[in-house]
Amino acid sequence: MTPLLSVEDLRVSFATEEGVVQAVDGVTFDLAPGEVLAVVGESGSGKSVTAMTLMGLTRSPNARFEGTAHYKGTELIDASEEELRRVRGAEIAMIFQDPMTSLNPVVKIGAQIVEQIQEHEGLPDQQARERTVELLERVGIPRARDRVDDYPHEFSGGMRQRVMIALALSCDPSVLIADEPTTALDVTIQAQILQRIRELREETGAAVVLVTHDLGVVADIADRIAVMYAGRIVEEGTLDEIFYDPQHPYTWGLLGSITRVDRPRPERLPAIPGLPPSLADRPEGCHFRPRCPHEFAECVKVPPLEARVAGQAQHLDRCWLPADEKKVRREIQPGEIGLAAKEGTPA
Amino acid sequence: MSVAASNGGERLVEVDHLKVFFPIKQGVLLEREVARVHAVNDVTLSIAEGETLGLVGESGCGKTTMSRAIMRLIDSTEGAIHFRGRDVTKAGRKQMEPLRREMQMVFQDPFASLNPRKRVGQIIGMPLRLHGTARTQVEPQVRELLGKVGLHEEHVNRFPHEFSGGQRQRIGVARALALEPRLIVLDEPVSALDVSVQAQIINLLDDLQDDFKLTYLFVAHDLSVVRHVSDRIAVMYLGKLMEVSPAEELYTKPIHPYTSALLAAIPIPDPRENRRRERIVVSGEPPNPINPPSGCVFHPRCPRATDICREIEPPLARYPDGHLAACHHPLHVSEAEIRATQKDPSSPHSSGDELPTVSAAAATASTP
Repeated sequence: MTPLLSVEDLRVSFATEEGVVQAVDGVTFDLAPGEVLAVVGESGSGKSVTAMTLMGLTRSPNARFEGTAHYKGTELIDASEEELRRVRGAEIAMIFQDPMTSLNPVVKIGAQIVEQIQEHEGLPDQQARERTVELLERVGIPRARDRVDDYPHEFSGGMRQRVMIALALSCDPSVLIADEPTTALDVTIQAQILQRIRELREETGAAVVLVTHDLGVVADIADRIAVMYAGRIVEEGTLDEIFYDPQHPYTWGLLGSITRVDRPRPERLPAIPGLPPSLADRPEGCHFRPRCPHEFAECVKVPPLEARVAGQAQHLDRCWLPADEKKVRREIQPGEIGLAAKEGTPA
Repeated sequence: MSVAASNGGERLVEVDHLKVFFPIKQGVLLEREVARVHAVNDVTLSIAEGETLGLVGESGCGKTTMSRAIMRLIDSTEGAIHFRGRDVTKAGRKQMEPLRREMQMVFQDPFASLNPRKRVGQIIGMPLRLHGTARTQVEPQVRELLGKVGLHEEHVNRFPHEFSGGQRQRIGVARALALEPRLIVLDEPVSALDVSVQAQIINLLDDLQDDFKLTYLFVAHDLSVVRHVSDRIAVMYLGKLMEVSPAEELYTKPIHPYTSALLAAIPIPDPRENRRRERIVVSGEPPNPINPPSGCVFHPRCPRATDICREIEPPLARYPDGHLAACHHPLHVSEAEIRATQKDPSSPHSSGDELPTVSAAAATASTP
């Protein structure tokens, strides 16, 4: 299947007082129609900058871009503002993390959605308003017809995030970029929103790029995962490949450090020692090297992102350790970095 | 650090039928009180010396208000809070001063809770100076504290912006430790941090508790992190206690449907398990604490609610092992356990005497 969105060797750097910050360093991925790709990483891994660059939201005099991002024949990275405006909202829409600050507080929510519909499709007022009410109903806002004329402050956090989703869906986009869509919400509300995103994706067939740090959310919704660390994708594969046959020691650490409520609690929480590197001063070679307990001589060279596991052609990673060596190393004492022993290969 | 400590150990903090209401006023000259936000609505619980009590609930449930009332950062409306036998709610400024030494707080946001224009040494040294440590003594103590929380002594002259989120939270912990308190209130201390760093801070808090014989009140918005530190966990909803339980038991045997919903809402980082698991998504949102629902405050969202839930507020019923739950239709309990329950004295004054019955539990057992 031809990819809907194809990002190739994307590099984004910012000139700052501390020097050049390489926020994104050679990110390559494809997004197929209808799939959910999760981009996972901690703060400063470049996941949000990647997502925002696709929408042209990181442009500034201090930013430098290299690489390409093709969307249905449009090149997004050096598109003109005019071209971007046509794509944004209509073809690629974004849901932001913080529903409290992403809506205009002095404009009624209905008017904010109507504006977007009219901008892209030029519908008459009445029709645009009808469509807005429908959208609000679809994302699960009760009494949508009455609430369309309310201001953002009259909604709770969960309801505002639903308004954001309605806004994003208003012009039937083919790609939805969701940047930590549930991080600011309570767990019971998070579960509602995730379920809604799942349902909407089935109804509309939109592809989703989900940017998050929460592997629990990922396990719930993603088809494919790209794990980012210090500006690079360090591992990429299907949901099951990443969870049941992870190849990169950073992925082991991430998976190992999540708390699970459905299992007995461990004596001590496994933590990855050290801190992520500063993006202005990253270690040579593999960026994870200083925190990695499995570091060896080869690691001073940058490992390319390639398939290293037999029989998993689409499972890519950046680690010099041989695949069978990794199998042994990640099965270690509970509490240390990495996963507990897991039998069998992914289904 | 054991559950027994909660029953046998000396009680450090005793919260007794605490109510904290915030008045909503209207009018310019003559402000009339038109309504009240029922932030904490008749909560009774205690924290034993050396114990960690996890306090869990969603935004607006009153968990932060309660922790601030214990610290006397806000005034209570009714009820009492005893800290080592002395009533905090009625203590004046003078009487609070020696108590403040013994209770410290670590805040949620490590970016907002450190003064950006002060050096680390000044930040950590300030409580020492305020409580009368000689100037020359402050710096050696600060250096020692830095070592204890896993930072370097050289960091003493740096500013907060030179540190990452996790390191800043360590500075916040060092400041809280400076006066050798007995109680530390941790208000979501790791929720602003990355997962790999969260574990570091949790493990640090665990070590410090053993080294300094600390008592923790750990406030959290969900049940995942709090499990690793708590001896007991209290679940709050809309200003009321729903369930109080020994920590591990809450995860294997949640009695209150709200606790069970909170657990079910946490996504499990295991795709196969996730596909197998039946997800119960609680609909709706927490109601407005200005007009809390009648009866059980959770009834409008509860899948098990019946008529009695709408009319009579359930008392905190006592189950084995000091497990309390305020529910007419408890989950995961045997018939014998239901028959043996008693109304706990910590139940709110407004609650009824109706304890769960076997027939009521059976009637709703089929509904998920």
